[in-house]
Amino acid sequence: MAYYECVFIARQELSSTQAEQLADEMAEIISNNGGEVRNREYWGLKNLAYRIKKNRKGHYTMFHLEAPSDAVREMERNMGLNEDILRHLTIRLDELPEGPSIMMQAKSDRGDRGRRGDRDRDRPPRSDRDETPNPENRLETASA
Amino acid sequence: MSTLSISRPAVRRPFMRRRKSCPFSGKNAPKIDYKDVKLLQRFVSERGKIVPSRITAVSAKKQRDLSKAIKRARFLALMPYLLS
Repeated sequence: MAYYECVFIARQELSSTQAEQLADEMAEIISNNGGEVRNREYWGLKNLAYRIKKNRKGHYTMFHLEAPSDAVREMERNMGLNEDILRHLTIRLDELPEGPSIMMQAKSDRGDRGRRGDRDRDRPPRSDRDETPNPENRLETASA
Repeated sequence: MSTLSISRPAVRRPFMRRRKSCPFSGKNAPKIDYKDVKLLQRFVSERGKIVPSRITAVSAKKQRDLSKAIKRARFLALMPYLLS
């Protein structure tokens, strides 16, 4: 059976649990038709780069499938019918990548970003504070 | 991205003629994937257009994979079609 990778975007009005249920339905269609969902990732509610059907955000879900083609066709048909799914893209792969996808890795290493915040301490001291030590020349310029 | 070396004494040839190598050849080259938005963004202009391979020195085969990945990322709204 062939390997497929399918990504779909669900409407933002759905809650994340509803989005998960939607993904369960799609996975069920695949398993009913003799396919198998190898890996499944929920990328969360992400901002879309442009509005799709008036939605600015969308729940992204990704599947890695090993399934016959008619199972995938059936799933695609249901995704097209379902109004909650804004957009879906299924790609055939030669082999399934192991481990989390780049989206999940990016999310996991975002946690330790807070540490880098304290780097701006070594900024040059503020320039306007330099004139205050000699107030008398400021006085002359004021009186002249 | 390969840094442009400007420490060259002779400035008669302002345009750098050193042949840049394709960032995707070699052993530990990053894999081109439509989900890897940070990598793809390095090959897109600030208006969101795909930068030609004569500027980014990407080999023709990798440029084809790159443009296919960028178009898929655009379809899935991971990347914008245009940045006005």
